[in-house]
Amino acid sequence: MVPVLLILIPLVTGLATFFFKNEKAARSWTLFASVMTLIIAGLGITFLKEEKYLQYSCEWMQTIGSSFSVKLDGMGKVLCLLNAVAYPVVILGTWNSSYKKAKNFFALMLLAQAGMMGVFVSTDALLFYFFWELALIPMYFLCSQWGGEKRIAVTFKFFIYTFVGSLLMLIGILYIYSKTAGHSFSIDSFYSVELTTKQQTLVFWLIFIAFAVKMPIFPLHTWQPDTYEQAPGATTMILSGVMVKMGVFGMLRWLFPILPLASFQWGDFITSAALIGLIYASLIAIQQDDLKRLVAYSSIAHIGFMCAAAFTQNQIGIEGVMIQMFNHGINIIGLWIVVEIIERQFGTRKISELGGVAQKAPVLAILLVIVALANIALPLTNAFPGEFLMFNGLFTSHTKYYLWFTIMAGMGMILGAVYILNMIRKVFFGSTNNLTEKTQDIKWNEKLALGIIVVIICWLGIYPHSLLNEITVTTESILKKFEILRFSLPK
Amino acid sequence: MQNVLQIVYLIPLLPLIGFLINGLGRKHLSKSMVSIIGCGTILASFLLSGWVFLQVKDGNTHVAEYFNFISVGNLKIPFAFQVDQLSSLFLLIITGVGFLIHVYSASYLQEERKEHFGRYFAYLNLFIFSMLLLVMGANFIIMFIGWEGVGLCSYLLIGYWFKKPEYTKAANKAFIMNRIGDLAFLIAIFWLIARVGSVSFSDVFSPASLAKLKATDATIITLLLFIGATGKSAQIPLYTWLPDAMAGPTPVSALIHAATMVTAGIYMIARSNLLYSLSPLTMNVVAYIGLATALLAATIALKQNDIKKVLAYSTVSQLGFMFLALGCGAYTAAVFHVMTHAFFKALLFLGSGSVIHAMGGEQDIRNMGGLNKKLKITFITFLIGCIAIAGIPPFSGFFSKDAILLSAFEKNPVLYGVALFAALLTAFYMFRLLFITFSGKFRGTHEQEHHLHESPATMTIPLIILAILAAIGGLVGIPDVIMHGGDKLSAFLSPVIGIHESANPVSHSTEYMLMALSTGLVAIVIVYAWFKFKNYQRSEATGFGKVLENKWYVDELYDKIIVNPLNRVGRFLGSVIEKSVIDDMVNGVGRLVNYGSRQLRLLQSGQVGNYILLMVVSMVIIFILQFFLRK
Repeated sequence: MVPVLLILIPLVTGLATFFFKNEKAARSWTLFASVMTLIIAGLGITFLKEEKYLQYSCEWMQTIGSSFSVKLDGMGKVLCLLNAVAYPVVILGTWNSSYKKAKNFFALMLLAQAGMMGVFVSTDALLFYFFWELALIPMYFLCSQWGGEKRIAVTFKFFIYTFVGSLLMLIGILYIYSKTAGHSFSIDSFYSVELTTKQQTLVFWLIFIAFAVKMPIFPLHTWQPDTYEQAPGATTMILSGVMVKMGVFGMLRWLFPILPLASFQWGDFITSAALIGLIYASLIAIQQDDLKRLVAYSSIAHIGFMCAAAFTQNQIGIEGVMIQMFNHGINIIGLWIVVEIIERQFGTRKISELGGVAQKAPVLAILLVIVALANIALPLTNAFPGEFLMFNGLFTSHTKYYLWFTIMAGMGMILGAVYILNMIRKVFFGSTNNLTEKTQDIKWNEKLALGIIVVIICWLGIYPHSLLNEITVTTESILKKFEILRFSLPK
Repeated sequence: MQNVLQIVYLIPLLPLIGFLINGLGRKHLSKSMVSIIGCGTILASFLLSGWVFLQVKDGNTHVAEYFNFISVGNLKIPFAFQVDQLSSLFLLIITGVGFLIHVYSASYLQEERKEHFGRYFAYLNLFIFSMLLLVMGANFIIMFIGWEGVGLCSYLLIGYWFKKPEYTKAANKAFIMNRIGDLAFLIAIFWLIARVGSVSFSDVFSPASLAKLKATDATIITLLLFIGATGKSAQIPLYTWLPDAMAGPTPVSALIHAATMVTAGIYMIARSNLLYSLSPLTMNVVAYIGLATALLAATIALKQNDIKKVLAYSTVSQLGFMFLALGCGAYTAAVFHVMTHAFFKALLFLGSGSVIHAMGGEQDIRNMGGLNKKLKITFITFLIGCIAIAGIPPFSGFFSKDAILLSAFEKNPVLYGVALFAALLTAFYMFRLLFITFSGKFRGTHEQEHHLHESPATMTIPLIILAILAAIGGLVGIPDVIMHGGDKLSAFLSPVIGIHESANPVSHSTEYMLMALSTGLVAIVIVYAWFKFKNYQRSEATGFGKVLENKWYVDELYDKIIVNPLNRVGRFLGSVIEKSVIDDMVNGVGRLVNYGSRQLRLLQSGQVGNYILLMVVSMVIIFILQFFLRK
């Protein structure tokens, strides 16, 4: 029942939100709903460990071989937890933002959450696709209705990218479906489908494009800085904190086990693109004067690293990716909250116009520094175990370019420190100017939101085992196909 | 009394608690409370370390695993501490010297605002915590946590006065340069994991896995680790952050330069001595880089006029000596020099702090002079520090430097010759500093002259204690030729490091001769410096002096060949490639789709959303109907 509840609570509460009148009530209701979801997710991880709680299946569109079947496995748990934690934190962090037609805003946010939950738990390809769209469409409206000045053009770009991606993915899914024995969308029949290398390559690219756009992978990334810049703060947080993980998740669940040959074959190519993107985005981030664009490019860099590590297709790398998906989500939401606070206070996001904020807002400065350090994966913050494993995965991967890949990823590690520390220095340190002279320290809600993030950062930094414990079984099932493959391949 | 080893975790934990209390309570706690917590936790750690040291001296060592840190498949990394001869010695140095620096800081920063005072002590405690983690880790990962942790703390403390842009710039530089080294360290760890399958010291340094390791692997791993060490311990090519690091408060410089941080590289290599001994190539690289750094930094120190800059370059230079010793296989000599250097460099930095304090913040020695009259204790202790670093027997620096020079001589007399030259430069620039600062006439303003005063007892007492240590600290390592069994340090460390057996040992008479030679030359250099600088008149550097004053223009070179090109590439990518190439391509696809749609008259621009919404809403309805209306 847990996975069903995880979808139903945001879905039902989200639909109900459309009927609210008062903005404040809608906001409180959304917070309440998301806390409920969080409790269920927490229960699913801690107490309700038996199969019967974590799995559910019933008939749906039987005629075409699709059923409503959901399951919460290790990777699903981690991502559902991320999704469930992210919402209350985001709503708290943006408690003071006001929206016109707020009820619609919150309703769409909750619908997107339901969609993402569905993506993370579906064990039916059609259901997966359905939830994928359910997550995307509200985002599209959130950006186009509540975004900044350039929202129409930007959302159009966002839309084109994801629309084309989704379409190709649908074709890919239908193709695999047509090859399954007995025409079924269930994940088991997808996993046991046998395709030739040529077929695999074709389907691989059809589906991978959708995931690559979502993550995004260089050079398909240009929608992202624009969208992040224009979208309302809360939406950006969810987009970059949770939704981009759908791309990485999709690869791990729906690409590698079904198309191992093609994934293996194109691994080096995609890893190269992802790592070039890592360095490319980091170099651009160093030059950014706009805080939002800086964080956006930083996100592209980090996701590029995750994609590369996923393609290592070894246990260390993939477990690293899985916990890093969670950690990156938490950390980037923290960064966005800080950016929001700055924009709200000063009406600008230009780094060159700010300075000396730390003198006036020490609490904000301390919290930001912790989040920023987590973002550059300092040991004893949550991102370190993830990046360490991802790095190590790259290093021990079976490709002959492993050393180059490790060094490229390492360059990203150094460049990441450069732009994050420069940002802190220019915005928070130095002397105040006319604009920042009247800075006020953060409000209770922001303190609470960032406080939760900092607690997670420290906890998972010191004891990452609490997450790692969950995902071993999932990883092994993803890798099973590769192991078979590797034995059959001439070394 | 075995049980103190069961609670070694308290040694790093106490400073961490101090950090939390002072960090969180910095607005509410009074300054004296903050100092008591800050100093008290370190003192407690020091006492525990002393107790541990006594246990270890009796031959008890200890490895404790606390919990599973990272464990994936076959890779198991526990959170574990290890206490043995090497780490217990470092524990004493870190907490002992660290404690004195804490006490000194309490009055040095008395004029800071309350919350900044608390912040300062919180950082200081965190620094000690990280360093303790570094030396107590029982595997390379825990060591790496401390390794990056000290980098972080130096960043925080160098940028402590964060209002000044050039200070925070120095802080960034320190962090980023360290990170470059850290990356190499990390790759070395991966290499170890790939070849040995473990990062625990007990596994990696076991004879079985060392025998398994191929020579090339050993060389690569040790070289990568050494690159890591060049970052942390400020060696060529990653040394330029350390002189800039003096932007922080002076006691911080003492902490970075003496008790913590820069000694990390030496500790790591001494800890990995079995690994390093497998690779003669790496040993040569370490020795030559160390020697080159010792020489380069010494030449720069000759012409610096900032009291802290001279000391900073002298640290770089002394660290070079330590690496020279490591490269010659004389690990104990390097550790010995770490110890004596901790005493006299902490003394010198705190002494310079006392001078700066008296001068009202002035750091330029050209504006000082004749301070010996007003600052008697500072002068005498500073003098002792200078004698110790210059290497006059029986002060501490003599014994440790002699051990290093001897090991260099045994490896190659040319190395010895260059090292001796660098040692002479050391004596020269240190006494130049001493004479310009303390003798002659006062050259500052009237106001400063009026303000001159000796520092309070909480500052001078640490100076006196350090001066005593700097004077007699070398007696734990008297060479065997002078006193049989005098080298207690080597005997103590032998379980970890082993007794250094030279390939071509020198005779006793040669050893005596070398000692006499270096001592005699140092004495001549000091006398020369006395005549040159006792009545210093300010003059501008010219010609080659100008090159030295500008530190061989290395910073400018790095800017030219690394920083600026990267910036240019970044700007090009951001403004040309991103905007014109990639985005245009995508927009082209978008326009194509848009155009096609319009032709088909199925979708009109702006209305796309409605269709999609319709699609989704109908899908939701179908889904819900299917869900609830099934039989």
